[in-house]
Amino acid sequence: MIRDITIGQYYPAKSILHRLDPRVKLVSTLLYLVSLFLFRSIAGYLVATLFLIGIIRLSRVPFGYIVKGLKPVIMLLMITVVFNLFLKKEGEVLVHIWRLSITTAGLRNAVYMAVRLIYLIIGSSLMTFTTTPNELTDGIEALLNPLNKICVPVHEVAMMMSIALRFIPILLEETDKIMKAQQARGADFESGNIIQRAKAMIPILVPLFVSAFRRAYDLAMAMEARCYRGGEGRTKMKPLRYKGRDRAAYVMIAVYVAAVVAIGRYVPLKIWIF
Amino acid sequence: MSIRLEHLNYIYSPNTAYEKHALKDICLEIPDGEFVGVIGHTGSGKSTLIQHFNGLIKATDGKLFYNGENIYEPGYNMKNLRNEVGLVFQYPEHQLFEIDVMSDVCFGPKNQGLSPEECEKRALEALRLVGLKEKYYKASPFELSGGQKRRAAIAGVLAMRPKVLVLDEPTAGLDPKGRDDILDQVAYLHKQTGMTVILVSHSMEDIARYADRIIVMNHGEVMYNDKPKNVFAHYRELEKAGLAAPQVTYIMHDLKERGIPVDIDVTTVSEAADEILRALGMETSENADVKGDGTPDADAMGDDTSDEGATGDGTSDADAAAVGRTSGADTADSKNLEKKR
Repeated sequence: MIRDITIGQYYPAKSILHRLDPRVKLVSTLLYLVSLFLFRSIAGYLVATLFLIGIIRLSRVPFGYIVKGLKPVIMLLMITVVFNLFLKKEGEVLVHIWRLSITTAGLRNAVYMAVRLIYLIIGSSLMTFTTTPNELTDGIEALLNPLNKICVPVHEVAMMMSIALRFIPILLEETDKIMKAQQARGADFESGNIIQRAKAMIPILVPLFVSAFRRAYDLAMAMEARCYRGGEGRTKMKPLRYKGRDRAAYVMIAVYVAAVVAIGRYVPLKIWIF
Repeated sequence: MSIRLEHLNYIYSPNTAYEKHALKDICLEIPDGEFVGVIGHTGSGKSTLIQHFNGLIKATDGKLFYNGENIYEPGYNMKNLRNEVGLVFQYPEHQLFEIDVMSDVCFGPKNQGLSPEECEKRALEALRLVGLKEKYYKASPFELSGGQKRRAAIAGVLAMRPKVLVLDEPTAGLDPKGRDDILDQVAYLHKQTGMTVILVSHSMEDIARYADRIIVMNHGEVMYNDKPKNVFAHYRELEKAGLAAPQVTYIMHDLKERGIPVDIDVTTVSEAADEILRALGMETSENADVKGDGTPDADAMGDDTSDEGATGDGTSDADAAAVGRTSGADTADSKNLEKKR
């Protein structure tokens, strides 16, 4: 059950996206996320959808696997949709239930926000699906390197991020194991009221924290034993270098952003209320 | 009363890149009161298999019967199953969480809905069974040493008084003495209470010493499911599966190749010692020539053979000599075998 959490995980496959330089993927993801908020018409959404479908196909990550990553944010989605749906009071009233009413503007906003959120999550998880945690930190470190000049410890921050990312699956597995061990001793996590359920978490959380600290100590020891002493003067075995495909990817994302903004703003397409 | 698996399959993360067919068409039966050893290389599916026994993992396909009831039927009382099939995970000390050992051991019985007095009674009984000293009962479980934590954690499962005890590598990471202590205690429990014990281990020696039957797992399949001696007879196939027969099996086979007529079916060190002495005893009286050929091996067996031989040669009755040696040389001989490793 806990293995089903796919958000933020790496998905091993052989695709052009997996081979791209992590810097390209980071910058492109950021641009894509921003681009989602640069238009208000359905034409723009169509372009963004087509682009996303293209990227998903290129990534060779199964669609079902991507959709599964949306599971943890369903609650957030629902809340956003409900608030937008009922609280927007502009436009003509479509449905009227008791003291609540759904207006055209409300419906439009709700749908747009939901689509944006979903695209946001899919877009960013596509980056983590196609980039190993190590590549990701390398990319972040390289991109943030200019900040070193204003005394931001970029390497340390990147190292902390990479360790944190690396530990997600380990701790998930550990949680799974501890949960099973306590279930084998008759623990019940599924029934009871909210207080009982919170109490039932103690037998999981205590061992989990203990093991997280143990692992942290072990890792620190192992790093020191191999003479790790921070980023100063540290070289890389595989330094990042842009290749032809990376430049092509930059051009493509630039073209996409230009297209989505232009079409989203100036193509007067209208379907019903959208 | 038994655990029976029919065509059980388990697939991790189906339809993803992480898909792994961990168990393939497993058919097994574990009758009541048996001491079963499960052995296999890392990743062979042992741990996955045993987590099916108390329903922690639901098979992708197939049936599992406990006392004749299919546990995958809707409405099956899973809680009851977990009360009866106690599972001690690998590194069970990682599950300790309470403020003291006593309360931690009480966790299982408490979940069974027993009264505090009954919980305490069972916890005390379990702690005594695993041989944890009384002064630790009120100590924080995190202050104990590795071996003591392991005992406390095993007590946590025993306190539930399971009818079937499943142990996943209970001795991993322990020193030889800790290992023997824990396994001896498990064997004692098995004998005393008649509970079914399923022991997962890497060590052929441990399994050979205690198990009535061995299940060998290889790449998610049951490779062998038989009495120890029959399994170890396939020692060459076991090697291919990344395992090995106990050292004594190799010694006995070597001895036989060099012309000493030993029975190669023995599985434990003490049995092997008896068998070698029996074989040598027969030779001294019946066939001097063979003994000549076998001398290097006989020397390797240690001085006690010749020491004992003094009395043995003195008597003309071969059988009497053999018996005399068997009882007398037992411990010394096993020590020599140990050295030979």
